[in-house]
Amino acid sequence: MTYTVPKLKNYSAAALGKAAGKLVSALEQESAAVKNETVWKEFRDRWVGRKSGVLTQINELWLKAAPKEAKREVGQLVNELKKEVENTVELTLQRIRTGAAESRLTAERLDITLPGNHRPLGAEHPVIKTMNEIVSVFRNLGYSVEDGPVIETDYYNFEALNFPPNHPARDTQDTLFVANQESKPLRERLLLRTHTSPVQIRTMEKMKPPIRIVIPGKVHRNDPPDASHSPMFHQIEGLAVDTNITFGDLKGTLDHAMKALFGSSVKTSFRPSFFPFTEPSAEMLVSCFICGGSGKRGAEPCRPCKLTGWIEILGCGMVDPNVFEFVKHNGYDPQKISGFAFGMGADRIAILKYGVDDIQLFFNGDVRFLQQFA
Amino acid sequence: MKLSSQWVREFADLKVDNRQLADDLTAAGIAVEAIAGEGENTVFEMEIGTNRPDAMNHYGVAREAAAIYNLLLRPIAPKLPDPGSAAAFPIEIQDATGCVRFTARVACDVRVAPSATRIAQRLALIDQRPINNAVDATNYTLWEMGKPTHAFDLDLLEGGKIIVRRAMNGEKLKTLDGVERTLTSEDLVVADAKKPVALAGVMGGFDTMITEKTRNLLIESAWWDPVTIRKTSRRHGLHTDASHRFERGADFESTLLSCNRVMELILESGGGQLQGNVIDVVARRLDQAPVALHISEVHRILGQKLDTQVIYGILHRLGFELIPERGGEFDFTVRIPSWRLDVEREIDLIEEIARLYGYDKFPNTLPAFAGSVVEQADSKKDEKLRSSLLGLGYNEAVSLTFISHEDAETFSNAPVIELANPISEEASIMRTSMLPGMLNMLSYNLNRGTNDVRLFEMGSVFQDQKTGMPRELKRISLGRTSPSPQQGETWPTQLFFDLKGDVETLLHAFEHKTLSYDSHLAEYFHPGRAARVVMDGATVAQFGQVHSEIAAKRKLRQEAYVAELSLDQLYRHGLRQIRYEALPRYPAVERDFSFLFPNEIIFAKIEQGVLSLALSELRSFKPIEIFRGGKLPAGKYSILLRATFQSRERTLREDEVADWSKQIVKALEKLGGEQRA
Ligand SMILES: [Zn+2]
Repeated sequence: MTYTVPKLKNYSAAALGKAAGKLVSALEQESAAVKNETVWKEFRDRWVGRKSGVLTQINELWLKAAPKEAKREVGQLVNELKKEVENTVELTLQRIRTGAAESRLTAERLDITLPGNHRPLGAEHPVIKTMNEIVSVFRNLGYSVEDGPVIETDYYNFEALNFPPNHPARDTQDTLFVANQESKPLRERLLLRTHTSPVQIRTMEKMKPPIRIVIPGKVHRNDPPDASHSPMFHQIEGLAVDTNITFGDLKGTLDHAMKALFGSSVKTSFRPSFFPFTEPSAEMLVSCFICGGSGKRGAEPCRPCKLTGWIEILGCGMVDPNVFEFVKHNGYDPQKISGFAFGMGADRIAILKYGVDDIQLFFNGDVRFLQQFA
Repeated sequence: MKLSSQWVREFADLKVDNRQLADDLTAAGIAVEAIAGEGENTVFEMEIGTNRPDAMNHYGVAREAAAIYNLLLRPIAPKLPDPGSAAAFPIEIQDATGCVRFTARVACDVRVAPSATRIAQRLALIDQRPINNAVDATNYTLWEMGKPTHAFDLDLLEGGKIIVRRAMNGEKLKTLDGVERTLTSEDLVVADAKKPVALAGVMGGFDTMITEKTRNLLIESAWWDPVTIRKTSRRHGLHTDASHRFERGADFESTLLSCNRVMELILESGGGQLQGNVIDVVARRLDQAPVALHISEVHRILGQKLDTQVIYGILHRLGFELIPERGGEFDFTVRIPSWRLDVEREIDLIEEIARLYGYDKFPNTLPAFAGSVVEQADSKKDEKLRSSLLGLGYNEAVSLTFISHEDAETFSNAPVIELANPISEEASIMRTSMLPGMLNMLSYNLNRGTNDVRLFEMGSVFQDQKTGMPRELKRISLGRTSPSPQQGETWPTQLFFDLKGDVETLLHAFEHKTLSYDSHLAEYFHPGRAARVVMDGATVAQFGQVHSEIAAKRKLRQEAYVAELSLDQLYRHGLRQIRYEALPRYPAVERDFSFLFPNEIIFAKIEQGVLSLALSELRSFKPIEIFRGGKLPAGKYSILLRATFQSRERTLREDEVADWSKQIVKALEKLGGEQRA
């Protein structure tokens, strides 16, 4: 039933009130029936349309037709109704809009428990990552990064590091030699460096003391590949030379570095060892960062530290004066300066850190392995 | 190396248990790696550094223990009868370089038989096979005091004398292991009047060895030159307990003691009589020079101001003799014990002090430093490339640096570095290209069911130079396979352009003027699906699909795309400087052009044709869609191109955009293009 505006016969207050009441209840009824914007537009036109909307009609039929003495009262009423109608029309629109948005949102609902789409990040290689972490610890201590050739001469790999020709210590290095070198003098013969230590000499040849360097790099040994050996692996070498470097400084520096790497609760211990290019020489152990030094993981024995609670992690020592003799001309007089050097295997540290059980996994590019480090 | 803890304890009254003893020895540098067995059968697995041959035996370890605990060391004191005169057996040292001292004893009427149980058990405990009382006596002495000796059957030595000389080239000697060896003039031998009877310091001769028939014997205890022994040992591939010790340096003073000890053990077990007194021929004395010790130097190196009393005590306990030098330039003259050939310098004494004092007792300090951190020239560039690749989803990989001869020939024509003693034939050349390694890794993944592979490796390749050091050139390789094994039509296109996009992302990090692509390619690439990248006139990369023949040979189960960037070339360019550019304030206008082109008009030509118009407000010119086949005329393809115009100063007018569009259409038509409706 559409509402039509009646003509007023009676302009008494009661009659006016009754007519207004009918109008308002019709308005509310129609408003409630509006379900979408098309219907709303018809609703709006019928009530506030300029030509023949209800408001225009009450203006015509009620106000204009009113006797003079009732004009004021009717005018007031028409104004109030006008406000009421306009307001209701506006609220009706808001109501249906909100309702539509809600139902659209409901319809657009996704199953948020389905898995996410992955655009995989590339993973850092665990050994390179480990090397970078170690290098960064030493950079923070004022060490510069240096590098040097992988294919070295006998001089830099051995002689200048105080491995004299025919010294048994050379046997421990399992060297891979370059072919067809016999015609050269021994010190010029090429080989694959067995450690990053030759860069110590190369750096001291080009830079005067004081120096602090750290040398990450590839090294090679004649070790057939198996679960714990690889003919190619990675080392990080360090060297500090100055007028005041002591054995206590060696210990303090490495202790600090290990705490930065493995956590502040890690302890270090040093025991005598032998390297031709350092004297005194030491092997550094860290308290096992896997079992916390207890040698046990729960009821199980801790294999990485062989139940001892300690892990051998690097070799180090005070630079042997014989080494300085080779670079004495560049300001390295062993009577005036001193230094320490250290070297560690990055692959081994990565193996311990991540619990990897086969070193070959590092070098076959298996994505299933590499992605674990992403 | 195995040692018996009970045997060690024979020489010093050690109060500590085996566990503690092992720990204390290890802390002093005489490393006990493991303890096996119990009670009197306890065996220490030792790890003794090459510089400490003096500790590679029971007495030597006891000497260290006595020094650690400040205990008396019981000397080895063999008791032998005194026959009065020296034995009448001439020994002639012809080579005083190789043989410094030769001590010998002779015994007669010895009964060769199995050793006493005590001796045999001790040897067996440390994995030494008992043979007979005479041989075991030499072996027992070796393990007791570290001095190798040798026993000859006297009756098989011809001509009644011993000569120490170099062998003659081609001379033959059958050694104890039954191998007949051809000697060179560098080998040092012990010979009788007629023939070599032992490879000096390495192994005795087969023909003069002790057997059950032996009645009379001669014991040799000599001091051999370490370098000579090492060379002979290596030349003949013979590494023995004797050579191991001699090449590290034996105790000059122990020849007499060890000779006596062996003889004592033989006489104890096999009866017989000593023939005459000891024969001791010294070609030259081996005197270790005393070392000057400055307390200040000890402090300078170790950092802790150890008391002179402490320093004196440690060195004294280790057998060093300290003679105070009052008012002199240094504090002590230190005489070195004969068994410590490794101690020659003041720094060696400082190490002795530090290790016995205990490394862990030195306080940890941090040095002050006046220098500054110097950046590596290329570290920023390395880091930029690496982080871009990780962001693009490439996994960082590391492959071995060796390749095979065949791969070297296939992947590079650079002169190669070959190894003299490679791990295997497949690993005998230092890589001249990163690609064999990359292809191996791709195929490794494909063979394990991983299809969608993205890998990169940063590394070096190696090239021989006729003279001087080989070149080590930095490279990056990229590897990519299709996401699935289906060899669909669209994958090659998509993979190629994905890879090209990735390569471009990497290259755009570097300042350059021009970047162009052509088909001057290595033969291992697919000739039609690969490109060479030239930056400012130099080749910086090659990328694309691997040639089907290579893929077939390597049994690659899917199409593989690879790239190799020459960082040595690329790094001649600086990293692109980042500068702010004001954002455009006026709208851009786009115009599309649909054209039909002959196939030979490649995009580069189209682009060049339009860019040569030099339209100053043209911001970009790009292909949007390409279509081939279908109803198109043969030999032609359709392309939708989009030009974007934008001015920095103003809003563009309709008529000027129309004019530029007309110029573009004209240029495209000039190239043989037909505009489509
Ligand atoms: Zn542990």
